[in-house]
Amino acid sequence: MGKKVGIEVSIAAAEAVGLCDVDVVAAYPITPQTHVVEHLSELVASGDLDAEFVPVESEHSAMSVCCGSSAVGARTFTATAAQGLALMAEIVYIASSMRLPMVMFLSNRALSAPLSIWNDHSDTMMVRDSGWIQVFCENGQEVYDAIFHSFRVSEDPKVSLPVMINVDGFNLTHVIEPIEFWDKEMVKAYLPPFRPLSKLHPDKVLSMGAFGMPEIYAEQKQAHDVALTSSTPVILQGWDEMAKLTGRKYSAVETYRAEDAETLIFAMGSICETSTIAVDKMREQGKSVGLVKLRLWRPLPMGDLRKLLAKAKDVVVLDRSIALGAANAPVTSEMRALMYHEPQRPKIHCMIAGIGGRDVTPDDVVKMVNMALSEKDYEYHIYGVRG
Amino acid sequence: MATKAAKELPKEEFILPGTRSCAACGLMLTYRHSLKALDPGKTIVAVPASCMTVLHGVYPITPVKVICVNNPFAATGAAASGIVAGLKATGKAGYTVVAFAGDGGTYDIGIQSLSGALERGTDFMYVCYDNEGYMNTGTQRSSASPAGAVTTTTPILAKLQHKKDMLRIVEAHRIPYVATASPSFPLDLYDKVRKAKEIKGSRYIEVHAPCPPGWGFPNKDLIKMGKLAADTAVHVLYEIVDGKFRLTSRSLRLAEKGGKKTVADYVKGQTRFKKITEGQIQALQEFTDRRWYEFMERHQNGRS
Repeated sequence: MGKKVGIEVSIAAAEAVGLCDVDVVAAYPITPQTHVVEHLSELVASGDLDAEFVPVESEHSAMSVCCGSSAVGARTFTATAAQGLALMAEIVYIASSMRLPMVMFLSNRALSAPLSIWNDHSDTMMVRDSGWIQVFCENGQEVYDAIFHSFRVSEDPKVSLPVMINVDGFNLTHVIEPIEFWDKEMVKAYLPPFRPLSKLHPDKVLSMGAFGMPEIYAEQKQAHDVALTSSTPVILQGWDEMAKLTGRKYSAVETYRAEDAETLIFAMGSICETSTIAVDKMREQGKSVGLVKLRLWRPLPMGDLRKLLAKAKDVVVLDRSIALGAANAPVTSEMRALMYHEPQRPKIHCMIAGIGGRDVTPDDVVKMVNMALSEKDYEYHIYGVRG
Repeated sequence: MATKAAKELPKEEFILPGTRSCAACGLMLTYRHSLKALDPGKTIVAVPASCMTVLHGVYPITPVKVICVNNPFAATGAAASGIVAGLKATGKAGYTVVAFAGDGGTYDIGIQSLSGALERGTDFMYVCYDNEGYMNTGTQRSSASPAGAVTTTTPILAKLQHKKDMLRIVEAHRIPYVATASPSFPLDLYDKVRKAKEIKGSRYIEVHAPCPPGWGFPNKDLIKMGKLAADTAVHVLYEIVDGKFRLTSRSLRLAEKGGKKTVADYVKGQTRFKKITEGQIQALQEFTDRRWYEFMERHQNGRS
């Protein structure tokens, strides 16, 4: 068992990437991702990590380098945020469609304009349909553990897909937390060497990313969808194996005081910890409230979610991004769609909160639950907008 | 040692019959001779979405016997950097990573990722096949299109600006090898690719690749058009090794023996110049002469 240290989450994440003996890191600086790659470049420069650090001239190139290095069979990592991800977006789709394993640390940040360096989930929602595995983290330990898990899942020949770890910018990236470290033996036992399904090697001539005519495009997309949705067992097994090593057991969906709850708060990321305090407060007031925390956003654990949500009367989704002109916000939208055909379904309320770095306190969560339960319509609300 | 005759070129072909490129494609010929110089058994090619993608075939068929990764338009320099980094990090030595991109993917949308790769000293070869426009999407203007050329986005007045001096931009990165070539001079092209292959660091070769449908000349005149470009000094053949400049092949002979033809001779055989005015021809001639005298001077300086 590794030792427990007080450390900034970004630095811990970089240490984890180093422990995974990554081969290639390509990144372009953007707040609040910088500490991750700064520390990785230190590890490489000091000789502690035998890897290639490619200091590219843009995020578009960062993701392109990652595709190239993964294609030749190198363990590959990058990190970015918001505008960086937007610039990458073209290649983000290509990485997953070409089934190239890699891990991205996404320090979630609002999209411009107005220019905002602060946290929300609009960046990751922009690429939610890109065919990556997307996980969310509630605290620093989860971020640290997710690095090992993500490499393992991404590189598994049954999966061979890139993984995006969502880490709330500043709220999580820049806080100092007690984190239990892994040692090299644990990593060795947990993470096998990268043996890609296919790679560019002159001994075996192949083309990657060729033209796909209309006769093949739909088939390719279905194959990608099947690959993504079939990755769930590997993801779960990765968490099971980790529990044996660390004693920490992760699941695709987790709950807090939700067993008998009539009202469920539904959240992703660091706002979950805030919400547990709100749940405790409301329980003290005798209210039947619980929390559903979704860790695995893609592929969506549909069966688990249907079972959990069907038991509640009301579900209050705390959406951390806004979908302008849409029926509601991204997470609410999916939960409503998921439950639509269920014989027993809750009312699903949409509370858009904490966008562009606006603080959300436990009291705010309580207020949002109360607002949702008393609302007459079921569209969406942007919480806390000053009149 | 310079290759003296076409029969000295390797016999093995790495592009099989039945590619999807147009008849008399200058790029196709460039690629054919380059692969002979490259040792495809030890080469990985990075290609942006372009005529090259079409040449490389439609899934699941390829006529090219070399491994290839297709990358988006803007990404060629970076995708190649990733391959180089990945090979190095996994301890694989002795491979040549070659990027093959057109002028649109080099002069315009790909200039940033190329500049980044050159600045980082990436150990790879970048071949720009310059057919002077966005030919794969239907002959739109690029910053490599010459002044006076009609394209589908300069349909009325023809292009008003001169070609960007990309070679100067590349040279400003102070990389160990910069060269120009032409499929009309295959021995010169072959020798340059072979020389570049042996050099460590970033290497850039720009090939002037005539395009019959884009430029508007008969297929049979492909080689003639490339030669005419050299004879008029519209395209000058040279190489710069570690900063040392020298003219090569037909351009060297032109410098030594004279006999330079006029730009008017060059433009008259191409329908893309159908709207060019006397004034524009004059401007193009002055632009060409200015570059040519600069090159002759640099050639002299390189010798002294």
